[in-house]
Amino acid sequence: MADDGRITHVAGTGVPVRGNDIDTDRIIPARYLREITFETLGPHAFEDERRQLNGKHPFDDARFTGASVLVVNRNFGSGSSREHAPQALMHRGIKAIVGESFAEIFFGNCTTIGIPCLTLPATQIESLQSLIEEAPETALAIDVGSGAITAGQATYQAELPASVREAFVSGEWDALSSLLESGDAISAVHDRLPYISGWPAR
Amino acid sequence: MGHTLLDKVWDAHTVRELPNGQTQLFIGLHLVHEVTSPQAFQMLAERGLSVRYPDLTFATVDHIIPTDGSTRPYVDGMAEQMFVAIEQNIERTGIPFFDRSTGRQGIVHVIGPELGLTQPGMTIACGDSHTSTHGAFGAIAFGIGTSQVRDVLATQTISVAKPRCRRITVNGKLADGVFAKDVILAIIGRLGVQGGVGYAYEYAGDVFDAMSMDERMTVCNMSIEGGARVGYVNPDETAYAYLQGREYAPKGDEFDSARQWWSDVASDADAAYDDQVDIEGESIAPMVTWGVNPGQVLGVDELIPSPESVEGLERRSIEDALDHMKLAPGVPIAGTPIDVAFVGSCTNSRISDLREAARVAEGGQVPAHVKALVVPGSQQVKTEAEAEGLDDIFRAAGFEWRDAGCSMCLAMNPDKLVNDQVCASSSNRNFKGRQGSPLGRTLLMSPAMVAAAAVAGEVTDVRALAAG
Repeated sequence: MADDGRITHVAGTGVPVRGNDIDTDRIIPARYLREITFETLGPHAFEDERRQLNGKHPFDDARFTGASVLVVNRNFGSGSSREHAPQALMHRGIKAIVGESFAEIFFGNCTTIGIPCLTLPATQIESLQSLIEEAPETALAIDVGSGAITAGQATYQAELPASVREAFVSGEWDALSSLLESGDAISAVHDRLPYISGWPAR
Repeated sequence: MGHTLLDKVWDAHTVRELPNGQTQLFIGLHLVHEVTSPQAFQMLAERGLSVRYPDLTFATVDHIIPTDGSTRPYVDGMAEQMFVAIEQNIERTGIPFFDRSTGRQGIVHVIGPELGLTQPGMTIACGDSHTSTHGAFGAIAFGIGTSQVRDVLATQTISVAKPRCRRITVNGKLADGVFAKDVILAIIGRLGVQGGVGYAYEYAGDVFDAMSMDERMTVCNMSIEGGARVGYVNPDETAYAYLQGREYAPKGDEFDSARQWWSDVASDADAAYDDQVDIEGESIAPMVTWGVNPGQVLGVDELIPSPESVEGLERRSIEDALDHMKLAPGVPIAGTPIDVAFVGSCTNSRISDLREAARVAEGGQVPAHVKALVVPGSQQVKTEAEAEGLDDIFRAAGFEWRDAGCSMCLAMNPDKLVNDQVCASSSNRNFKGRQGSPLGRTLLMSPAMVAAAAVAGEVTDVRALAAG
């Protein structure tokens, strides 16, 4: 990330986590939401699955240590609105996610904290996951503005909604500054809504 | 061409189009609870911002609160810490707070409607995905993340893309023993857990017209389980009658004025939809989930599916689900033994849910090896149920009668499954680990079906009990 917040490129190595409909309870079990900070969540990402897989989960596989690009399948991040899920991944070092598709609230939460989620067709996800599994050291480079992903010699053309792409390349993915600029317009909407400003006499 | 309720509410609440193309949307009602708010208040403080409209945010405690009569300070130090945090944040900001001392505490999606805070035509946000519940009143209600909770506190707005609109029409009549929960599970089973991504669901037709507000809330609540962040029913006389006389609802002449505005906000007869789906009410059976997401669902009289029926990653999903659930393909789901029965959650903990469960439980006896608990959605629901004697019926049948909270829906309080227990649950998610044990197994169903399973000790077709 540049100092001005612009996120135009993500580079690093990848980690594949396979499976459709991986929900946010699996990404971060609810017991870790009993916390007033996000800082401590990183080590607990996928904790229950990792424990059950006895070290065989990709997040425990030494070949993927230090990976910054998570590669997933369909409807990743379904379920709860807990921002703790992307926060756990971010504190674990994930800087971008490439998947076949994402659940809506999860996708929005990722955008708001600066994690681009790009989509590729199922067959290309499969190819990228296999490539990373076979050669975990492969350098990945994502051009957020164009959606181009290079993985060693391979190239992929990923998609990102225009508004989200714009948010990352302009550095305004955290919307709060933009929202704060509209003070008077906010007041105008507030004042014109009858359920707030008072119901007119009949 | 007319407009949908979504179009009208969206337009009325649009502050501006943001440079990125999303809408800056004004949020008319903001609800907060103890779990997803502390970091938001912290972020606000770090940026030196204050709460812009403290009178448009209301707070309660539901996710972590014990339901077994425990009092402060809580034994769980982390839970206690979160209660201290929300109390300090309330104290600092002046946000109205419904804690237990008020008699109005409860699950945020139960108390909003109960207090009359939730009204037609509003935009509503809360740091909880089941905020879609409030759409039952014809509100556009979103689940948001903690950074967006911060945005609402600071600006009363969020940056959001307008969803497309899919009308789901269920005509005809539901059979006896088939409830709102079965309708929404059938919809999710048909359209999938991802089918609603990018859509708002508008529920229309005879079946929703005939439903009570409690039932509509059950349906809208689980919109998110079908991938739709927003789900709503157009407001009608049933909604207005529910609102009449509620604490925060308009009164007298104002109610009449409001009623006109509410009916104007409903979708026009000639509104255009991006997609339409039709389902026959008569085709819906009591539903039970067999897998690890709410789309893995079947009628109680059906057989558990076989992985061989599909290919690729979908096959792997079924194999993985059956492996976790320790269920065999090709076997009836009815007769599956249970260890725990849970009536509660923002989906099904309202008075009508408890009445239906009590009707089935009455005169029965939960076997000694089954733990059964009923957790009312709010203090007011609990009081109402006790006035009707429902607590006596449940206790006599061997159920525990608890205090209000989210409880075993997500098991952030001490109510948890142990090891690989099977739970018949009226909640909304059967995800792995959802009910507090990584190996726990959840079967989602209606409150009446949960009560039937509790008494029988196994999954049972509630229609058979009704007939018997």
